[in-house]
Amino acid sequence: MEAFGLLLHGFAVLLTWKTLLLMMVGLVLGIFVGVLPGLGGPNGVAILLPLTFTMDPTSAIVMLSCIYWGALFGGAITSILFNIPGEAWSVATTFDGYPMAQQGRAAEALTAAFTSSFIGSLVAVLLITFLAPMISSFALKFGPPEFFAVYLLTFCSFVGLGREAKHKTVISMSLGLLLAGVGMDTVSGQLRMTFGSAELLRGVNFLVAVIGLFGISEILLTMEERLALRGHAAGISLRVVLSVWKDLPKYWVTLLRSSVIGCWLGITPGGAIAASFMGYNLAKRFAKDPESFGKGRIEGVFAPETAAHASGTSALLPMLALGIPGSGTAAILLGGLMVWGLNPGPLLFVEHKDFVWGLIASMYLGNVVGLVLVLTTVPIFASILRVPFAAVAPMIVVSCAIGAYAIQNAMFDIWLMLGFGVVGYVFKKIGIPLAPFTLALVLGSRAEDAFRLSMIGSGGDMKVFWSNGLVGTITTLAIVLLFWPVIDRTFAGVARLAKA
Amino acid sequence: MSNTELEIVVDDPTAPEENSPAVVSTGVVDVVVSLLLLALALVLGWDNWRTGASWDSTGPQPGYFPFYLSVILGAASLYGMGAAFVSRREVAETFVTRAQLRRVMAVFVPTFLFCLATQYLGLYVASFLLIAGFMRLVGKIALWKSLLTAFVFTAAMFVTFDVAFDVIMPKGPLEAALGR
Repeated sequence: MEAFGLLLHGFAVLLTWKTLLLMMVGLVLGIFVGVLPGLGGPNGVAILLPLTFTMDPTSAIVMLSCIYWGALFGGAITSILFNIPGEAWSVATTFDGYPMAQQGRAAEALTAAFTSSFIGSLVAVLLITFLAPMISSFALKFGPPEFFAVYLLTFCSFVGLGREAKHKTVISMSLGLLLAGVGMDTVSGQLRMTFGSAELLRGVNFLVAVIGLFGISEILLTMEERLALRGHAAGISLRVVLSVWKDLPKYWVTLLRSSVIGCWLGITPGGAIAASFMGYNLAKRFAKDPESFGKGRIEGVFAPETAAHASGTSALLPMLALGIPGSGTAAILLGGLMVWGLNPGPLLFVEHKDFVWGLIASMYLGNVVGLVLVLTTVPIFASILRVPFAAVAPMIVVSCAIGAYAIQNAMFDIWLMLGFGVVGYVFKKIGIPLAPFTLALVLGSRAEDAFRLSMIGSGGDMKVFWSNGLVGTITTLAIVLLFWPVIDRTFAGVARLAKA
Repeated sequence: MSNTELEIVVDDPTAPEENSPAVVSTGVVDVVVSLLLLALALVLGWDNWRTGASWDSTGPQPGYFPFYLSVILGAASLYGMGAAFVSRREVAETFVTRAQLRRVMAVFVPTFLFCLATQYLGLYVASFLLIAGFMRLVGKIALWKSLLTAFVFTAAMFVTFDVAFDVIMPKGPLEAALGR
């Protein structure tokens, strides 16, 4: 019940004209970013982050999280109307969303997508409201060894459970961890890997890397592919909205199943994409007539959208409670928190109550306002795609440069951004995943600090990572996950031998 | 107001032609990237060894963590190189065709020039030049539209960042002449 009181207090913090205005601005910018080809949630938040530097942290995070909601909503517009997934997790939405648009049911598909996004996020926000304070108060007992074990678990689960070639995930992650170490060492104050360069003293900024890796490289990739958009115009009338909503109770099983899948996969890292496909596939498997999927079935829109948004939102839970982001965008929000001098993790709930509950309240409000806004403005945003790419591309480049420069007021960062753009382009083409790199870059120095503090505490004894039940379990689990493919194969082999 | 019959078609005049010859295969790029990463791992590993990568009385020295990460990076790149040699399928795959490369360069070169111009002319002038130039030369859009769009966008950015949100961008001779 305490959470409820604090949440009401959060709403009180939010309900000022200024914050509400920022919320609207954030949502509009977010939808814009979500609709534009070559931009998406993570880049949008990273590029627009500088706008918030001069605000107080609460207004800033409210605006940023609204940009994020907006981008999530916006992604569905392009998937359904143009068959272009704005984000990887909207791919599953195109399976049935686009056929619906072709059949002239675009408005219905869009309403279904927005409504299920709303429901998915709502379930996840409820989970955050009640679970995050509990997890964070539990995590308050964590010392450096426990934190290092949790970081290790995050890294290992990426390597062990990722779908990419293992060595490519390892390359991506170790490169991110290395670049995180560039600059002044936080424990001893010594310089590392700067090679006498004054520019490298500051280290490699996480947000600059993200803007280059995702923003610039995405422009290069979009340019490379032939870009011919062919889609449907759509307006949504109140009648369609109401008729879709009236049928909602019929689909409660699909919605609930997708929400649960989404929340579960969101909290464990790397989830939204897997969640949307899993939501779609399960809906198809449990349907009485699975072959009608892919031909414009409304459940084919409900299932992936609910799962993707539940997952995208619940990714913020470990970020707030433990300081470990569950997704790329959560990682960028975490970067933002650090810029404002807030230290994400369990202490946040104790030291910055206003901020945390303001953020959680803004998730509720932003979601409701976003749903209304997106339902009423779809035609305007869909027409953005009529703007020629030759006009959009240079504007995105300029926005990226502004974003990269503003973080530390350094010209060097614009060059760094360009460099990361090329790296991102090549990496994407040869299949080196970028998510582990992003995660490693943002968590690298915290993980290292936790390790070294544990070592100082234990006098250099590695046994500290198995010193009590909790830390021992997490460390062991991390190692099991790291070698999961090997273990899995061994078990399969043993089972086959037993059969023979 | 739902008029779903209307179709929005956006065709790109600069779209690449089909059947363009491959410039380089994915296998070659894979090996080159692995070599570069290996070189990076060696340089960083050496630098961290110099900083001190052993274990003293207070635990690991500053170079300890990054040194072993360099070792992991080096090992993974070596493995990647081996895997690229072994895998026949990837070697044959096209990394980029000539037409694709031309298009990528059509956006990369202007972006590079934009960064250069930002350094000497300031961000806003560079941004105006990039947008107008790109729209006109790459997109083949009417000159007046290009100039107008570039001006409106640059002005909007200036008002948003420099005026409204107090985020100051690099300035050049033009802004100096205008007294900003």
